[in-house]
Amino acid sequence: MSTLTLTINKQDYQLENLDARTTLLDVCRQHLQITGPKKGCDHGQCGACTMLINGRRVNSCLTLAVMHDGDDITTIEGIGMPESLSALQQAFKDNDAFQCGYCTPGQICSATALIEEVKQNWPSHVSTDLKNPDGRLVQEIAERMSGNICRCSAYPNIIKAISQVLESQVSNSQTQEPSTQKADNTVQNSSVTGIWSPPPSEAQLGKTSANTKTATATTGGRS
Amino acid sequence: MKRFEYSRADAPEQAATSASTEDTSFIAGGTNLLDLMKLEIETPIKLVDITRLELEKVETTADGGLRIGTLVTNSDLAAHPEVIANYPVLSRAILAGATGQLRNKATTGGNFLQRTRCYYFYQTDSACNKREPGTGCPAINGENRTLAILGTSDACIAQHPSDMAVAMRLLDATIETVKADGSTRSINVKDFYCLPKDTPHIENVLEAGELITHVVLPAPVKGMHTYDKVRDRASYAFALVSCAAVIDADDNGNLKTVRLAFGGIGTEPWRNEEVETLLMGTDGNNDVIAQAANLLLNDAKGKGQNDFKIPLTRRLLKQVIQRALAGEGA
Repeated sequence: MSTLTLTINKQDYQLENLDARTTLLDVCRQHLQITGPKKGCDHGQCGACTMLINGRRVNSCLTLAVMHDGDDITTIEGIGMPESLSALQQAFKDNDAFQCGYCTPGQICSATALIEEVKQNWPSHVSTDLKNPDGRLVQEIAERMSGNICRCSAYPNIIKAISQVLESQVSNSQTQEPSTQKADNTVQNSSVTGIWSPPPSEAQLGKTSANTKTATATTGGRS
Repeated sequence: MKRFEYSRADAPEQAATSASTEDTSFIAGGTNLLDLMKLEIETPIKLVDITRLELEKVETTADGGLRIGTLVTNSDLAAHPEVIANYPVLSRAILAGATGQLRNKATTGGNFLQRTRCYYFYQTDSACNKREPGTGCPAINGENRTLAILGTSDACIAQHPSDMAVAMRLLDATIETVKADGSTRSINVKDFYCLPKDTPHIENVLEAGELITHVVLPAPVKGMHTYDKVRDRASYAFALVSCAAVIDADDNGNLKTVRLAFGGIGTEPWRNEEVETLLMGTDGNNDVIAQAANLLLNDAKGKGQNDFKIPLTRRLLKQVIQRALAGEGA
């Protein structure tokens, strides 16, 4: 093989004769000493290795470095450093959204992309309306973060941290209806302290009144 | 991971030619392939990277359908306005699978080619007729809770893992390919997969080097589009039983459109059009649904741990039909 050029956190790195088997994660950690991204499962199951490639979150353990010359790669180091924390990094600190911290770089990279996905109106599995999902809801954040495992189970505070940033960055940019009824549905005002314990109430599910369609709400719609 | 020779394709025909040699794989999203290569379940000696091909567009077809480039990611397809508006069952199915990170990488063509998640297939020190033909199937009398009840054989009961492919089967999608000699063909998803029979290692009709270039959806089908997925966790788990459906009723409450396809229960995405015919024109009462379930599950074989999938499928079928008739699901 010849020379591979990777652009990571706006900096170009030249790699000579890299073994084609090397994953993007291993290049960062083993060759370039960019050790923010963590190796958890190495099989795309835990999310600790999450990075952004061209702004999109991916499992860097499940992609080969040789496939990514010319791509814009961002690791946690490119999201923000101690002297220049991103809003999400600050929110994770403020909300005590970690214990051991091993999954945190992946959580923050993942959540950084999640916010962009919400801004772009991407739906999720739990969106009642595929055309107008409200990505700020508790169950939306939990579903959208399901690719990031936290074995310390800091989920309640991870969701709080993400919710806080979503509320400040998304509420005014969304085209959907103003969030007059949303106040009770967001995690900041919610009694939900864990992701699925207890199951979200109808109010938390975005239903202000009893609605028999709740159970089916996220399975379909008319074409 | 075994060593392999890496190359990048510039054109679909060239990719097909490069990949027509033995033990060569295409790589696009790579989320399943690299996982399997790390475990040395897949051991290609050549990898042809197709990610730079111009196959990432979604276009409208002359007859009102959609032509989806094979490299369109699962994320982009699920969030595509045309898919959300006219094929919501496809959006729902894709969003029910994997995670945000995986859907960002996983491609339309690659999703069809996912390998099974049977434990014995993944465990390289076990026998497995799919991984090592002729070695036997410990799953039949072993850990088979997640495995298939329909389309199985004495050689293999591995389930097909995809959610997306279930919706594609429901929508009568067609897979377009190019072969190493430059010729092209269209394969209906119905004819794409092979039942395991005594050759479970042969999973589809693709020839060596044959590249999926596009997936074509016919014009939309009006009705309630739903995708229900029963699984062990609320998110990021494969289906125990799933059901993709398009259902519509006339003014008298009789079923005028019924399409049903199932995941988690078949060795391939499972659709039985006779079941749909039986239900068509009826009011979806309990008796007719029981008959439909009997027909669907007539050949179903539980192997112990997965026996529960038979009653679970019956209940899911009833739920899907009667909920749609009640006008719910939207």
